[in-house]
Amino acid sequence: MSAFFRVAWIVMKKDLTVEVRSLEILSTTIFFAVTVVLMFSFGLVVEGRAVQDVAPAILWIAIAFSGTLALGRTFERERHNDTLRALLLAPSDRPALYVGKLAGILLLLLLVELMLVPLVGLLFNAPIFAHPGRLILLLIGGSLGFCAVGTVFAAMLVRARSRDVLLPIMLYPMTVPVMIAGVRGTAALLQPTPDLAMAQFWLALLGTFDVVFVVLALWTFEPVMTD
Amino acid sequence: MNRLSVIDVARYFGRRKALSQVSFTCEAGEIIGLLGPNGAGKSTLLNILATLLSPSKGRVVYGERSAEDGGAEIRAQIGMLGHDLFLYPELTARENLTFFGQLYGLADVARKVAAALEQSGLAARADELVSRFSRGMRQRVALERALLHHPRLILLDEPFTGLDQDSVSALVSRLREQQRAGCLIVLATHDLDIADTVLTKALFLIDGKPVADHSDGRALRDRYHAAVRSAPARGGS
Amino acid sequence: MTRSTLYMLAATTAMFAVAPWIIDAAPNEATMGLVYKIYFFHMPSAWMFLLSAIVAGVASMRFLFLKRATADHWAMAAGELTVLFGAFTLVSGPLWARKAWGVWWQWDPRLTSSLVLFLLFVAYNLLRRYGGPGSDKLGAGMAIFSMFNVVFVWVSVNYWRTIHPPTTVVPSLPVAMGIPLWFCVTAFTLLFIVLLRMRARLEHQRARVDALYLAEES
Repeated sequence: MSAFFRVAWIVMKKDLTVEVRSLEILSTTIFFAVTVVLMFSFGLVVEGRAVQDVAPAILWIAIAFSGTLALGRTFERERHNDTLRALLLAPSDRPALYVGKLAGILLLLLLVELMLVPLVGLLFNAPIFAHPGRLILLLIGGSLGFCAVGTVFAAMLVRARSRDVLLPIMLYPMTVPVMIAGVRGTAALLQPTPDLAMAQFWLALLGTFDVVFVVLALWTFEPVMTD
Repeated sequence: MNRLSVIDVARYFGRRKALSQVSFTCEAGEIIGLLGPNGAGKSTLLNILATLLSPSKGRVVYGERSAEDGGAEIRAQIGMLGHDLFLYPELTARENLTFFGQLYGLADVARKVAAALEQSGLAARADELVSRFSRGMRQRVALERALLHHPRLILLDEPFTGLDQDSVSALVSRLREQQRAGCLIVLATHDLDIADTVLTKALFLIDGKPVADHSDGRALRDRYHAAVRSAPARGGS
Repeated sequence: MTRSTLYMLAATTAMFAVAPWIIDAAPNEATMGLVYKIYFFHMPSAWMFLLSAIVAGVASMRFLFLKRATADHWAMAAGELTVLFGAFTLVSGPLWARKAWGVWWQWDPRLTSSLVLFLLFVAYNLLRRYGGPGSDKLGAGMAIFSMFNVVFVWVSVNYWRTIHPPTTVVPSLPVAMGIPLWFCVTAFTLLFIVLLRMRARLEHQRARVDALYLAEES
């Protein structure tokens, strides 16, 4: 068991080390997310005022788009120099590789959100500090669900053709429950009179989704990655 | 693992026969060459030997075990030097070796990495990013990475590509060392002249099929050309 | 095709040929008049859509975990049928909604969940077609994920709309309407089975032709 977590840990550490050297994926993804927020704002701000309840929607769409990019590019790094094959060649547990990759990508996405949430709060006068604990849990729960599914798909697609467009095509419908839960939960927290019960419900749904899909991913990762 | 047995292995991709009727054995201390033109199936065969690909027909036996039973234990005894080198360019040589050492669960990784760096003559540049190395130097790091966990079966895919004379000699002497230690080595290459000095046995592959080798003491180059000429002409696949 | 499939095809054709009369015989509904009769095709189609998705998911699991090559043929066939029946459901639904409630689409939970499931299987088919070699395993992974996702999609879409009132549920049926409904359900189920078998058989044959090519000594 400890070997499993050891492997996951060193894979994650390696990914973070590589990323910290250049900060390429982090910086470009943050900038991309900011652009997405702005693009949507131009569409949805009428007479200088944002349409009701639009902030959570824009936030989560930006998370989905930037998450997809980050996933694609992280695995592109493993495709270069064929290091993914070297990882599969090692005697380590394949699901441990999955967990390591997932942790790295999740951390990256959460860092992007660290910049994104205050930005959205600022642009739309949203009370993001009203219930920070629950908001953070929602963000983590939603990001984990998104990345759990995305990591499997992105890994699967490394050797496929048309992988750039296939990843969003597969990922967005699959993560609809995460998006709905994230947006509605965040909206429940940010509305003038916060609906904590509703937010709690969506948090519970996210939690269940995360557990089910991480387990499913652990189960299917090895057969799907080996030939 | 003292012997590798490949028994009637075939691999199909849809209708294409990438490999068929491949059978050979490799004993401890042997260096087997897989020789053939591009697209002959050498890389496919190496991937099958590395357990990364499963054969459509036939089986591979590592010592006593076959690939399905063994899994992780077999992989722990395999070291592969791929054509694309399997190195992270954004990490230093030391970091690359340390990562793979830890991934393979080796004890005392730091010391083993230091020894490997000494062996490859790159100790002085251990803390430079691999992206700054020449092909030959990267190859040396990649070879050390493949040998770090003292594998019994060593697989090399086109290891002599783009190497200068010194690097070639260094690689050959490293392989001879492993050979003396009783490892099994399978090597795919185009470089017939270099291969001639290193191989104990040769397997010629044309279009995925082994071609009979009349080892009659001639130079490898001549035997190869004879094999190519004698291979039945195939129509378009 | 095999004999049993031929008989089923004949039965299916006969049933669909007769269906318009049987549907015509059913009484008109109180509020919606004639229009509700779309339902006799819409609902069985929706059931086949869901059934197809489940078959694809189960076959994919057998392919991926039990390593049965033929299971993949069933998965591929079911994946295509999901899109077929899904398309029919998603076209007949709005047609009905337009006449019955005046709008093409109103984010009804069932329709929205169906749309998501439909998109998942369109993605599945695109993946199988354009993913290149190895996309059989990738597709299997995706179909399994889709199957497990059905519950989550349904729950999230259902509760997504809590502020809005729920749409009119299908009215409870008097017997006169029950007969044409079950007739159509049977016809659609037979159609599904026939198409599934024919499509899967096409894949089996394709694999056999490949095997014959490979067995040929060149």
